[in-house]
This record gives sequence, C-alpha cells and structure tokens, in this order.
Amino acid sequence: MSALADRTRPFRRHLTSLLLAAAVYEGLARSGAFAPALLPTLANVARALFEGVLDGTLPAHALSTLYRVLMGLALAITIALPLGILMGRYRPIEGFFLPLASALMPIPSLAWVPLFILWFGLGNATAIGIVCYAAVFPMLVNAWSGVRAVNPLWLRVANAMGAGERTLFWKVIVPGSFPFLLAGLRQAFLRAWIAVVGAEMLAASDWGLGWIIFDAKEFLKADVMLAALAVIGLIGFAFERLVFGALERLTVERWGMLRAGKG
Amino acid sequence: MPHIEVCDVSLAYDTPAGRVVGVAGASFDIEQSEFVCLVGPSGCGKSTLLNIIAGFLTPTAGALRIGGRPVTGRGLDRGIVFQDFAQLFPWRTALKNVAFGLEMKGIANPEREKIALEQLRLVKLEKFANAYPHHLSGGMQQRVAIARALAYDPSVLLMDEPFAALDALTRDDMQRLLVDVWQASRKTVVYVTHNVAEAVYLGDRVLVMTPHPGTVKCEVKITLARPRDPLSVAFIDYQKELLRQLSLNAEARS
Repeated sequence: MSALADRTRPFRRHLTSLLLAAAVYEGLARSGAFAPALLPTLANVARALFEGVLDGTLPAHALSTLYRVLMGLALAITIALPLGILMGRYRPIEGFFLPLASALMPIPSLAWVPLFILWFGLGNATAIGIVCYAAVFPMLVNAWSGVRAVNPLWLRVANAMGAGERTLFWKVIVPGSFPFLLAGLRQAFLRAWIAVVGAEMLAASDWGLGWIIFDAKEFLKADVMLAALAVIGLIGFAFERLVFGALERLTVERWGMLRAGKG
Repeated sequence: MPHIEVCDVSLAYDTPAGRVVGVAGASFDIEQSEFVCLVGPSGCGKSTLLNIIAGFLTPTAGALRIGGRPVTGRGLDRGIVFQDFAQLFPWRTALKNVAFGLEMKGIANPEREKIALEQLRLVKLEKFANAYPHHLSGGMQQRVAIARALAYDPSVLLMDEPFAALDALTRDDMQRLLVDVWQASRKTVVYVTHNVAEAVYLGDRVLVMTPHPGTVKCEVKITLARPRDPLSVAFIDYQKELLRQLSLNAEARS
C-alpha cells in the first residue's frame, strides 16, 4: 500500500494542480456571473473536444500544428546548436554573431509575420519560419552559455589524454553543457508553441489549432476555442512528461549534474 | 640516464601588476620509477612546475626532457591527477572514465574495458565500475582519477595535491594505496604537496621549493624502508629536517 502510494505520489501531485485549476474554472462558469456562451462549462468544452476528435478534424489540426512546431524546432536546433557551441568556444565567432543575435533576439517573432507572408506566402513555409525564428534564440543563448560553463578541468584532463578538437566537442563539450542544452531545448519548444499559434492565426489559410481558435471567434464558439487550447496544453504536458522529463532523468539527473527537488 | 631532466627551467608571465616570475632556474633529475615529492609553501611555484612538466605551460627558458626527448606540449607519456574531485567526467561511469585515455589511444572495446577494469582493480574499485562519479565518495573519486591516469600506461604519473581535499583518515588510506599502486606499476611519480608528513611517507626524495621567485632550494633523500611508520623516530626526524629547511627559507625572506 505505502509502496504503491510512494510510486504514484508524483503523479497524484501533478493531477492535484490540474484538478484544482479545473475546479476553480468550473465554479466560475457555473456561478452565472458570465454568459454561458462566453464561459462554457467543462462539460461543454469536453463535448466540443470529443466531437472534434470523433470527426477527425481536431487531430488533423493538431497534427498540422505539431508538424509546424517540430519542423521549425528542428530547423532552429540545426542552426542554433552548432552555432551556439562555436560561439562559446571561439571568440572571433562570438564577436561576429553575438551583435547580430542581440539585435534580432528582442524582436517578437510575430512582428515578422506580415513580412514573412510577403516573402513566403500564406501557409506552412511562413509558419515554420516564424517557429524557427522564435525557437532559435533560446537554443542559441543556452548552448553558448553552456559551453562557457563547461568545467575547464574536464577540458584540461581530456587534453592531457590526447583529445583533439573533434573529440573534445563530442565527448566533453556536448555532455558537459547538457544541462544548458536541455534548458535551451525546453525554452525553444515553449517559444515554438507560442509562435506557432500566433502565426497560424495570422498566416495559416485553413489548418492548425491557432487557426481553429481564430476561426471559432467568428462564430462565438468559446467551447471550441477552449477545446483547442486544451489540446495545446495536453500536447505540452505530454511532451514535458514523455520527452523532456525522460531525457532529463536519463542524462543530467543520472549523471548528478542536476538534481531532483527534495521530498 | 635520468627519466626526467629539468635543466634551468624558468617561467615568467605578465599580469596587470607587472611581470611575475613563477619559476626561476629550477634544475633537477628524476630517475626511472622514482617517487619524487615537491614540497613548499603556497605560491612557491610547485604546481606551476608540475604544469610545465605536464606540458600545459611552456617554460620561458630552460630545457625539459622525458626519456631523453624534449617535452613539447602534452603527451600520452604522462598521466595527471588533480586535487579537484570534479576532474572526473560526471556523464561517464567509473569504468568509462578510466577508459577515456584508452579511447584516445584508439584501443578497441573488449580490450579497452578489460584494461580499464584491471586498473580499477588496482585501486580496489572494480565493484564500482558502473557507478557514476556523483555516487562515489571523494576518496573513491580520486582513486578513479588515479586509475584513469594510469590506464593508458604513461611512464610518468604527475600528481597535484591529489589528497589535499580528503579527511585525514581517508588520506592515510589513500597514501598506503598509492604506495602499493606505485610499487605494482613502477611509474616515475612527481607528487606536489605542502604536507611534510605526506612527502616523507611517500617520497624516495623530497625537493624543497622556495617562493619569490619559485625555485628548488634543496633536496632530502628519504631512505626509510617501506611500509613506513609515521610514528617512528626516524620518520619524525625527516619531518623536522624538512620543516627546518622550509622555515630557513621563511626566515631568509623576512
């Protein structure tokens, strides 16, 4: 009994916070202070979600959004990971790219949407481009910081044992900066979602969760909007638990480079 | 021919406060399989000298030869152990840490892990081969570091106060273990410490260094048979002799 309780405790904790938030929402929705059309009960949201899933539209929208997120993210990682690591390792490269990154970083990715539409038209290319723009900087900054935070003793020891620059890169710098690389990946994923929904509202012609939300506004379907938001939250939750959490447990937590909190 | 020849080695470097001479005209020879301790107060340049022998620093003057060949930079003929426990790679198990140098040497896997395991056995850690460093105590981590420095079979083992951060009891154990490991492997050891008792326990010969500028002032040969008894009169006499040399230096400076 207690062993089971121990094993399920983290999961129950996760559920508690979600259930509490749901209860507060339901209380507000049923209080009658707001029009039901604006603040539908959870049952209505669930019905909209269920219908969307059953007729296959919601999964299709979610998949096309997920495709844009993952493509943009992959593109961002391909650019930012090597560049960030090189910037952290070589001063001239840092000197060249840092001013550029500093100037581009504070520009909200959504501010680029109108220009991207002009350049790439409506559709996937623009959405993926915007996602990439949003995700590239957190990954870049973290990789750059991570490389500089690598313990110099590791480099020295590896050097003494005859490691060349290539070996240092793969066997010391990448694992040595892994806590930062993971943090960068998480932040990039988060920014990618923020960007994709915005980009879809403005630039996607007829597919994607962001587009659903924007489209549902025209018909005053708050339940559909909330259902789409719930799907986004659900995907985020699943990625955190199944991808980032697992990656963290398998690597930096196992290596003692990052510890789980107390209790 | 001596295994390590240090001939009039000097190292000066520029700081914002001006040019500092870290090591000035250090000269000594070390024989094959000899255990030599460098003793001196902090700032006497003993770690700098070790880093020169390791090839991390290039001397501004003088010559340095190992096995008759001039030293130019780092090389697999030398293994090095630092004081800091963080020298191990946290993302590698004890075994994989020890195998790192063998990987660099291009030794393939069944052979590589076999050698690494043998080295772990030498420092009595074969049971912890698959443990990550953060699960090991400080003393165990230093033993892994020693095994790692020996695994690729360098002829020289360089040690920079490897046990200084350990508690006294663990340090005693480690010193005994190191003597065993040294006698089994017959490496030439250069061991930096500021602990006089440690130097007398470990060394065949102790080089006393003085600061400002750092140089080798004198040497004391320790002729006690091993295993040495730190409570014997002869052992304590050696300590007194070394302390006297060190305090002479301090007086000369003040």
